[in-house]
Amino acid sequence: MTLLTALPVILPLATAVAGLLLLSRPRWQAPIGLAGALALLAAAAALLVRTWRDGIQVIEVGGWPAPFGIVLVSDMLSAVMVTVAAAVGLAATVYSFRVVDAGRISAGYYALIHVLLMGVCGAFLSGDIFNLYVWFEVMLMASFVLLVIGGERPQFEAGLKYVALNLLGSVGFLSGVGLLYGAAGTLNMADLAVRVGEADADARYYTVVAMLFLVAFGLKAAVFPLYFWLPASYHTAPAPVAALFAGLLTKVGVYSLLRVFTLIFTQDTGYTRELLLWISAATMVSGVLGAAAHQDMKRILSFHIISQIGYMTMGLALATPLALGGALFYMVHNIIAKTNLFFVAGVVRRLRGSYELKDLGGLARAHPWLAAAFFVSAFSLAGVPPLSGFFAKFIMVRAAIETREYAVAGVMLGVGLLTLFSMVKIWTEAFLKPSPGGAVSEGAVGAASWVPVIAFALLAIAMGVGAEWWWRPMELAGQQLFDRTGYIEAVLGGGAR
Amino acid sequence: MNSSILRTMARLLASLLLLASLYLLWRGHNAPGGGFSGGIMAAAAFVLMAVAFEPMAGWRATRVSPLVLIPLGLGIALASGFAGVLAGDGFMAGQWVTVAVGDGVKLGTPLLFDIGVYLVVIGVALAVIIPLMGEEE
Repeated sequence: MTLLTALPVILPLATAVAGLLLLSRPRWQAPIGLAGALALLAAAAALLVRTWRDGIQVIEVGGWPAPFGIVLVSDMLSAVMVTVAAAVGLAATVYSFRVVDAGRISAGYYALIHVLLMGVCGAFLSGDIFNLYVWFEVMLMASFVLLVIGGERPQFEAGLKYVALNLLGSVGFLSGVGLLYGAAGTLNMADLAVRVGEADADARYYTVVAMLFLVAFGLKAAVFPLYFWLPASYHTAPAPVAALFAGLLTKVGVYSLLRVFTLIFTQDTGYTRELLLWISAATMVSGVLGAAAHQDMKRILSFHIISQIGYMTMGLALATPLALGGALFYMVHNIIAKTNLFFVAGVVRRLRGSYELKDLGGLARAHPWLAAAFFVSAFSLAGVPPLSGFFAKFIMVRAAIETREYAVAGVMLGVGLLTLFSMVKIWTEAFLKPSPGGAVSEGAVGAASWVPVIAFALLAIAMGVGAEWWWRPMELAGQQLFDRTGYIEAVLGGGAR
Repeated sequence: MNSSILRTMARLLASLLLLASLYLLWRGHNAPGGGFSGGIMAAAAFVLMAVAFEPMAGWRATRVSPLVLIPLGLGIALASGFAGVLAGDGFMAGQWVTVAVGDGVKLGTPLLFDIGVYLVVIGVALAVIIPLMGEEE
């Protein structure tokens, strides 16, 4: 048995402990955070390579064999998500260097980022449904504190909305876990998959339970009609925190939907997939329309998070290997593009002191590099070739056409067009039009903010140009999700020892 | 609150609560109890001090600041997981030694983990409650 599968959980915890122990030394906080983020990325990449080469990795924590103990499982979906999470964590840490004030740092800002990363990685790796719930709570607590520390009234108001609604989701999740355990007598997800699929299992009962999970994860993922908390809370957070939330938190909800609806709840796919199809389409459309109605850069981007989530859950609704792999490709693309848009918005705010489009202008002339980074990320989000978003949308549309869901393909293309409209709006208003106030005094932006912005823009280009290469692990992930027997065998078939 | 009755009793009660919390922590391995409930009870002892005297009295009574107790406890819990790694049994696998007291007492890393939980719970509970007590004045 190897420790590697558990490292993405252990390393952030160790980093957080070190950071909190040295809380009285603010100057040490950022270096500790950086070292931890680098180590996490290295461990995640190693885990990805091993999962890619040797197949699904399982670790039985404490040596208690599955299905009795808790397992951490790394299939391609988990490994890819952990790696992307680590990359976002590193970028957000670097971005924070110059942006985060002393008050937040002495409140343990960098340590909290690592607690958040621990929750995210734990959720991606957990092979136990109750353990997944625990990681959700770790994530929720860390994100709540990150939202409110050093904050003023608006932050507290947003934090309260955020935590109240997420707790509601947690109640649904926990009730679902209880009902599942009451009927199946197990919490191990692979074991659950076997039990729920048994001939004498009551399929209708499990479908009811599945709906609880759909609501709980749907709330976290911010799908229609459960997304209203997201734009209300994200836009008050400091830029690196907003970027981290926008990039990762909703994706954990999407990941969990992908996991439970491909692994456990496959007993009544006719009903659940039809439902997911409608939810996804409604999410895409309502999110993009919400974005069209706003003039504040961060709010527009918040609504686009929602609209993009619809594409990912659509992959789950279509449920072919191509669509499932496509959902993962879409998630990775979206994390890269979306995180970077929030980074850019943060830089714009530092330069000009506003997120309001009417106050902004002339940024393309004054800051061509920033403009280029925004251009790449925004038009990648909108699906312009040859950027990553084009291939993400291409895969999804193709999956829709292959399953003869022509209306779905139409909705995807239409929403893509509206996304383009939104991005062009920001582009012309903030970057192209002359600055409204004539000459402007600009705030300083350090190199620490530029590095992640440029790096993520390059990633978005690399993912588009090298799409075929990036697609290979995602394709394997899609196959693993489509055919769950590999996962079940790896966990229950004595794969670990 | 200004009550000499409470102040006199608080010291006594707080020590009793602390003793009971240690007992809960100890029996938790095989019976109801453990680091969490023990920690909550210990935190109650410090909160009682804070109510009887002044909020910061409860904070100081822990000797080690609650803000240090949190990472300390997390660190102890994490370290207990690595004992299994060093022994070659894997992360979090329990390791046991028998101490020759009476019939022989088995001590193991799960107890170490529970002590970590105990400290974290005290730290978090006090870090949440005591600053809020200060607010009302």
